[in-house]
Amino acid sequence: MRAIALALAAGVLSLAAISAPATRAPADDPALTLELKDHKFQPANPTIPADTKVKLTVRNLDATPAEFESEDFDVEKVIPGNSEITVNIGPLKAGTYEFYDEYHEDESTANLVVQ
Amino acid sequence: MLATAVIVFREVIEAALIVSLVMAATKGLAGRNFWVATGIVVGVIGAGIVALFADSISHLASGMGQEVFNATIMFVAVAMLTWHCVWMSRHGRELAQAAGSVGSDVREGRKPLRALAVVVGVAVLREGSEVVLFLYGIAIGGDNQAGQMMIGFLIGLVGGAALGAAMYFGLLQIPARRLFAVTNTLIMLLAAAMASQGVSYLVSADLLPAWGHSIWDTSALLSDRSIVGKMLHSLVGYTARPEGIQIFAYVVTLGSIYALERWARVSPVARPT
Repeated sequence: MRAIALALAAGVLSLAAISAPATRAPADDPALTLELKDHKFQPANPTIPADTKVKLTVRNLDATPAEFESEDFDVEKVIPGNSEITVNIGPLKAGTYEFYDEYHEDESTANLVVQ
Repeated sequence: MLATAVIVFREVIEAALIVSLVMAATKGLAGRNFWVATGIVVGVIGAGIVALFADSISHLASGMGQEVFNATIMFVAVAMLTWHCVWMSRHGRELAQAAGSVGSDVREGRKPLRALAVVVGVAVLREGSEVVLFLYGIAIGGDNQAGQMMIGFLIGLVGGAALGAAMYFGLLQIPARRLFAVTNTLIMLLAAAMASQGVSYLVSADLLPAWGHSIWDTSALLSDRSIVGKMLHSLVGYTARPEGIQIFAYVVTLGSIYALERWARVSPVARPT
């Protein structure tokens, strides 16, 4: 039982720690907005600066849910139909990073250009 | 159809591996099947509810609701797995003896069963909600392929379950007296993996610092997205490009469980069992 109490206490502590946000993204982070229509991303090859954290908004204009995913920049997030999500990506090194809607991977795969 | 099967399979793997590890770790405990089944059923129902409220959840915590929700689920599972390890370090020997006999009634065994049922439930819930959303998308996509979709779904589901079953029966090849030592180690690694994934969600949500991105990069060697990479990711927390804080969480979790186990072993048992 003490073990449960300890585990719970650890859980509560960690929750308390996260509810006090440590590193809010400063408002001047560059932002990028992508739109998803007919399971295709617009713009198709967006560009963001290297070594910078970017606030990425993805709008799903389709009625069907999507799962915005990239193994290259490590994001996996569900976007319900006619909805939008925001993710923080990077800082990334210069290069090309693949991303897609996992539910329609063939149609949606696109590249994020970091330079 | 094949695309559906592949996606469902990929989502089901994680839950299937966790369920089979839990089943091996609780081999011989009375009521095990009931608790595991309860975990699965509650998880499936929960998956439907989460999928239904996906939109509301993503708008919580200033748009980071999904991350916070997933992280919370992970930490609940870590707490349950930790507790299981600590409990087993005290009672493991009785269980190892009991595992040889069928239907043994180690009544105390109900405790870890409940904890692990929670782990099963949240694993099914998390992966299941993505499957539900995916199927929902196809259903309202109006392609009139409901039949094909169902077949694909079943193939993916059966495939994932088969992989889980293979692991389960593989683990059972281990002699009974060593089985719990092995499953306990695997459960420790699973807890560390989940802690690392949990903090990673909070880094994405900007609630924790990353302490360095891509501490190493083994994606060329083994991609997170390959089936093997995905299995290792689920079971032992393999990450091709980990953040510093993920490594920290991994090590701290392993260390804490180890310390708690030692402490549980030396501290007197509250009442004889």
